Amino acid sequence: MASEIRNYTLNFGPQHPAAHGVLRLVLELDGEVVERADPHIGLLHRATEKLAESKTYIQSLPYMDRLDYVSMMSNEHAYCMAIEKLLQLDVPVRAQYIRVMFDEITRILNHLMWIGAHGLDCGAMTIFLYAFREREDLMDVYEAVSGARMHAAYYRPGGVYRDLPDTMPQYQASKVRNAAAIRKLNENRQGSMLDFIEDFTNRFPTYVDEYETLLTDNRIWKQRTVGIGVLSPERAMALGLTGPMLRGSGVAWDLRKKQPYEVYDKLDFDIPVGINGDCYDRYLVRIEEMRQSNRIIKQCVKWLRENPGPVITDNNKVAPPSRESMKSNMEDLIHHFKLFTEGMHVPEGEAYAAVEHPKGEFGIYMVSDGANKPYRLKIRAPGFAHLAALDEMARGHMLSDVVAIIGTQDIVFGEIDR
Amino acid sequence: MATLNALMESLERVLGDKLANIKCALDEVTIEIKPADFIAAATLLRDHAELRFESCVDVCGVDYSAYKDSVWEGSRFAAVYHLNSYANNQRLRVRMFALDDDFPVVPTSVDIWPGNNWFEREAFDLYGIVFEGHPDLRRILTDYGFVGHPFRKDFPTSGYVEMRYDPEQGRVIYQPVTIDPREITPRIIREENYGGV
Repeated sequence: MASEIRNYTLNFGPQHPAAHGVLRLVLELDGEVVERADPHIGLLHRATEKLAESKTYIQSLPYMDRLDYVSMMSNEHAYCMAIEKLLQLDVPVRAQYIRVMFDEITRILNHLMWIGAHGLDCGAMTIFLYAFREREDLMDVYEAVSGARMHAAYYRPGGVYRDLPDTMPQYQASKVRNAAAIRKLNENRQGSMLDFIEDFTNRFPTYVDEYETLLTDNRIWKQRTVGIGVLSPERAMALGLTGPMLRGSGVAWDLRKKQPYEVYDKLDFDIPVGINGDCYDRYLVRIEEMRQSNRIIKQCVKWLRENPGPVITDNNKVAPPSRESMKSNMEDLIHHFKLFTEGMHVPEGEAYAAVEHPKGEFGIYMVSDGANKPYRLKIRAPGFAHLAALDEMARGHMLSDVVAIIGTQDIVFGEIDR
Repeated sequence: MATLNALMESLERVLGDKLANIKCALDEVTIEIKPADFIAAATLLRDHAELRFESCVDVCGVDYSAYKDSVWEGSRFAAVYHLNSYANNQRLRVRMFALDDDFPVVPTSVDIWPGNNWFEREAFDLYGIVFEGHPDLRRILTDYGFVGHPFRKDFPTSGYVEMRYDPEQGRVIYQPVTIDPREITPRIIREENYGGV
């Protein structure tokens, strides 16, 4: 007697270690082959855009960190750029260099998180531990400059909150570490923050070599990624993919080069592109991006050492006056009071500002009607478009390849669900 | 600026009477298209040799009913598209107002830019804009069984229902919200020449 053969529907997530957060994926399987993948999203939806409509411009800024919570400062950057565009506000050059440096530090942070998680998804355990070792140093930089390891709220419309600190925080003696071990840990923390970052940029290329030793020629890694989730350049463009997902397919498109913002046109760096458009090429693109980011950070450190100056605009309608002048000058006191009670007023109009976020094009579309709060704020998250393409990328692949494709898309639910 | 003027000229020439409005502000070109002309205009935007907007970066719903805290003249809902041309390295914003405020309907653009599938689902979910011809117009961000369109200006930020675990019934239940929305900083639009500036 022949039994009836039918497709199998598998519910993947929302609690699954390879779902990268709260993805619920309904998979229609024919044996082990995916016929249709239907991602259900919105389990982390917090209505950031609606909340921003009832908050002043500065009050909404920390919400941006919580969108893509592994590349915090890049989100803030797009938000500040949209406000600056509407205000027609100039940002001091030093602030632009600081922003570029932290954008690239953020890119390395994001790619390290990605490589660790993607490796883990595909069965490589060690890479995760290696990547988190370097993330720790960069988190310390975040903490030194803003006071928070992750949700920095460091960028402001018109510049950045404060100048770079002259000292790095140091490890303290504890029960598990003796004085000699602490001295060794603090060796590269004796100077300013820029010294520490420079030391990191000198060490980092060796670390990237280590990651490559673990993965690039690894037979298992190649079996899991080569030829998986192939996208042609035309298809990638039509689906609205951006960032490494687009460059992995061979489209040389990077906003830092094509529509340069801040000081990217003064810096020297290259844009890696892939050839085959599969998971392996996207891996190679991101690895090379880390090396290029390291190059950019080096150039920024050099420039920032030589060029002191203001780091936020002196327009007190947008940025608060200094503490000293606030306490001695009546007009500055009024500015301070108005800015932190009523907030800034942004002229009527609409603007779209986009940055080359580690995951792709992160854009903020802002409509202002002249009030102290945005009328409409739309966040264009790169991961949203990437996950929408999952169905097309996963069709015809095996169930285990879906995990590799989710990994290569660098999914973070903070930005997709907003 | 020169390239923006060239873009505006070619838009006027190519789209002709399909162009309801065109303006350039803050180095960005915005055009308005009526829903009836949208499919033809969008196809031209994508395929015409001078325009070549191969990619739609974003689709965004907007509810203009509370704009400037006064009565909004004209249609309430709009879908705003942000296009990008890789070939010409140009951007364009396209706005399309839905003609009926009670049942806003606009044509879908999924056949022209396949990546818009989810963006249109989002605009439908949050604003109730119906994209006619969309292959799979389901809710996307809100909860299963959600009622209403939460980003409309007449929908309270705190919503209508809240969810909690009920120990007596041993399951999660929905109940009317117990919190009142509060506004810490009032929304202010200053009059013209406020404070003599």
